[in-house]
Amino acid sequence: MKRFILALGMIFAGATAQAEMDIQVIESPGGIKAWLVEEHSIPFVALELRFQGGASLDLVGKRGATNLMVGLLNEGAGDLDARGFVEAAEEIAAQLSYDVGDDTVSVSAQFLTETRDAAVALLRDSIIAPRFDEDAVERVRLQVLSGIRSSENDPDDIAQEAFAHEFYGDHPYGTPLEGTVESVNGLTRDDLIAAHQGVMTRDKVYVSAAGDITAEELGALLDDLLQDLPETGLPLPADLKIETEAGVSVIPFDTPQSVAVFGHAGIERDDPDFFAAYVMNVVFGGGGFEARLMNEVREKRGLTYGVSSYLLPKDHAALYIGRVASANDRIAQAIEVIQAEWAKLAAEGVTEDELRRAKTYLTGAYPLRFDGNRPIARILVGMQMDDLSPDYVKTRNANIEAVTLEDVKRVAADLVQPEALRFIVVGQPEGL
Amino acid sequence: MFKSLFLKLLPLCAALGFPGASSAADDQVTTFTLDNGMEVVVIEDHRAPAVTHMVWYRAGSADEVRGTSGVAHFLEHLLFKGTDTLAPGEFSKTVAEHGGTDNAFTSYDYTAYFQNIAADRLGLMMQMEADRMVNIRLDEEDILTEREVIIEERNQRTENDPGALFREQRNAALYLNHPYGTPIIGWRHEMVTLDLDDALAYYKRFYAPNNAVLVVAGDVTPDEVERLAKEHYGPLKANPDLKPRDRVDEPPHLAERRIMFNDARVSQPYVMRNYLAPERDPGEQETAAALTLLAEVLGGGQTSVLNRKLQFEQEKAVYTSAFYRGQSLDDTEFGLIIVPVPGVSLEEAEAALDQAVAEFMEEGVDADQLSRIKFQLKASQIYARDSVDALARRYGGALTSGLTVEDVQEWPEILQAVTAEDIMDAADLVFDRKNAVTGYLMGEDVQEAQQ
Repeated sequence: MKRFILALGMIFAGATAQAEMDIQVIESPGGIKAWLVEEHSIPFVALELRFQGGASLDLVGKRGATNLMVGLLNEGAGDLDARGFVEAAEEIAAQLSYDVGDDTVSVSAQFLTETRDAAVALLRDSIIAPRFDEDAVERVRLQVLSGIRSSENDPDDIAQEAFAHEFYGDHPYGTPLEGTVESVNGLTRDDLIAAHQGVMTRDKVYVSAAGDITAEELGALLDDLLQDLPETGLPLPADLKIETEAGVSVIPFDTPQSVAVFGHAGIERDDPDFFAAYVMNVVFGGGGFEARLMNEVREKRGLTYGVSSYLLPKDHAALYIGRVASANDRIAQAIEVIQAEWAKLAAEGVTEDELRRAKTYLTGAYPLRFDGNRPIARILVGMQMDDLSPDYVKTRNANIEAVTLEDVKRVAADLVQPEALRFIVVGQPEGL
Repeated sequence: MFKSLFLKLLPLCAALGFPGASSAADDQVTTFTLDNGMEVVVIEDHRAPAVTHMVWYRAGSADEVRGTSGVAHFLEHLLFKGTDTLAPGEFSKTVAEHGGTDNAFTSYDYTAYFQNIAADRLGLMMQMEADRMVNIRLDEEDILTEREVIIEERNQRTENDPGALFREQRNAALYLNHPYGTPIIGWRHEMVTLDLDDALAYYKRFYAPNNAVLVVAGDVTPDEVERLAKEHYGPLKANPDLKPRDRVDEPPHLAERRIMFNDARVSQPYVMRNYLAPERDPGEQETAAALTLLAEVLGGGQTSVLNRKLQFEQEKAVYTSAFYRGQSLDDTEFGLIIVPVPGVSLEEAEAALDQAVAEFMEEGVDADQLSRIKFQLKASQIYARDSVDALARRYGGALTSGLTVEDVQEWPEILQAVTAEDIMDAADLVFDRKNAVTGYLMGEDVQEAQQ
């Protein structure tokens, strides 16, 4: 499941350090918007593109089309076949990568200043003119099928799949974006072309860049790169309301350590209480060793190597979820502890001291994230997708600081619902 | 994200990305040594107001006393459990309160602890890290709870993953005598017996300034780091009893080994071959450089020899790769993998792999491919400057694996100097089946897995 790292933690002006970064909002002559941070000390550029919609745009019966399509973007494009394309990228040391998530197709590129034009020409072909050659389609299809078969025997993947099915039902989020053996075998070249034309369109694209390039140069580059995309494509799916009931479902699987995923409905990214919820989760189940779940399940009882919870606000549904793994004879106890902590959080919120520590952590840690062209470009494109302004990086800390104990208490009472907390356990758990 | 990342548990990763050091970044690097023997590397990058503070010990799982496998990693966990002046958990709590993150990792040849934090908190990090180098305080209860945690960690990383169990079995067969044959996390039956004495014995033997490397990278100056390092690490006493790292050698390998591993949880069978291979040695990195390029030529992605022959031309494989882990104190491994397409048995896959390598030995290195690889290696020095954290890990890892700062800085030029002939000589040297373990990973039903 996609984490929300890009979307969150945008506290720019740290209490302990201040990153000096000038975000330029540009519009190319052809009308493409982008955010840019110029950094000329290293002769390369990191460029990030995001296409909103991603695998959720798969048509009914064509599950896996977007994933297979994205897997083929660098397997032959323009005049070059699959090997020709990769050789050309290697010759100029351009690093091009393509990925797909439930809500986005991501294209990440790093290229040297000295070979920029050639890199952009290659990248353009892969985005605008992928070939979907028969032999490449079959080769990548086999790779995808191999991954699907491996997932069938992976306890984490089994748990995620069951969880998605139960929470999201018939929505595209409800099935793995890779598709099934059957659906992937059924995909034709025409399906891939349709996915490409429907998903990678100008009205869905977000752009950021960081590195050795000026605003003017970037504008010209983007026109060259993206102007020939279709103007518009497939419609985004509908929003979804999540409803769950408390309880534990077990999926038997012969493995020594049970994996459990758990959660219920969450909170939207643009909800006024989102900051309070975010701070609350740092206290409760965020990544640190100090979080309550880590403390109770791991540090005090030694029941797991890792336990965490996180807010997962997808574009069309929001969840509050977590994961834990414990030996089959101990998972029941881990779940009991998590249930008790969930109830305690709902009833009491967090303490003054916990809130203070979470705030100093969040405000201090933020500027540390901007530690290179690549992370900067990734953060900037994520901010745009969340409809934030560049200014946000300067106001974010104040928003975190403004969260009060009462805010957290109110949010905890609303958001955290022991009566809806659903667990899905994969393994051979004892006592469940 | 959790304590202990096993850097070397995934040998495939060793071949990904370019391991070349960055001569373009040399001007960012300053080194010096404290009077107590602690080596210091400073890497400057003033773009963000952040610093990475790392202490690397020249002690890993391969330095454990036999019968206490996993103790190096266990101790790494226990270093978060408090000192004479810090309560259990207070270390990480303090880092977080200052807006930082911290963690640690253990490998065969080193154990390292790090924090990423605002640059003006460097002194505090040094103060705490110096404290736990010599002052840890542990009780039986801490030990027992944390032992449960590392066993759950083993469950998660190894017991729940047939690929990881397979790797353990292959490594154990590859090394007839050397401790690299023992998993970093430990054998389960020994982990469950680890006690306070085991952990403290390891701690006293290896945790001392003259066995440590300090790496500080980010928005700092060498002068400032030197001043702070003298203040916090300077007063620590060197361990006079520290012994040279002479580990046992491998005897001559006289027989090829084959591993047949079945597990019902395997749905994608594959063949993996690991050859014993020489590592990067101080002042003598030429053979390792040639092996590094051999791995790229054979298995470095879409345009590599194995990929072309087995995926594109013969269409027998879903995936192929070659990998080499050059940074290692003692003899390391060179590996080949083939994941067959459905309908191709593991025997056929292995035969096709062998045939492809045999053809390569006849055909030699393609000049265009080699020049592309070398250009990418050069470019990687530019890209590497974007991540000061990765540079810090490069130096820390090298200096605790028997290499020097000079070796790290000369490495890119040594890679550029490798010729096609050097690569073929290295292939001749390493491709000896007597030095190799060939493993089949299969599902429960052998017939079905091989159909």
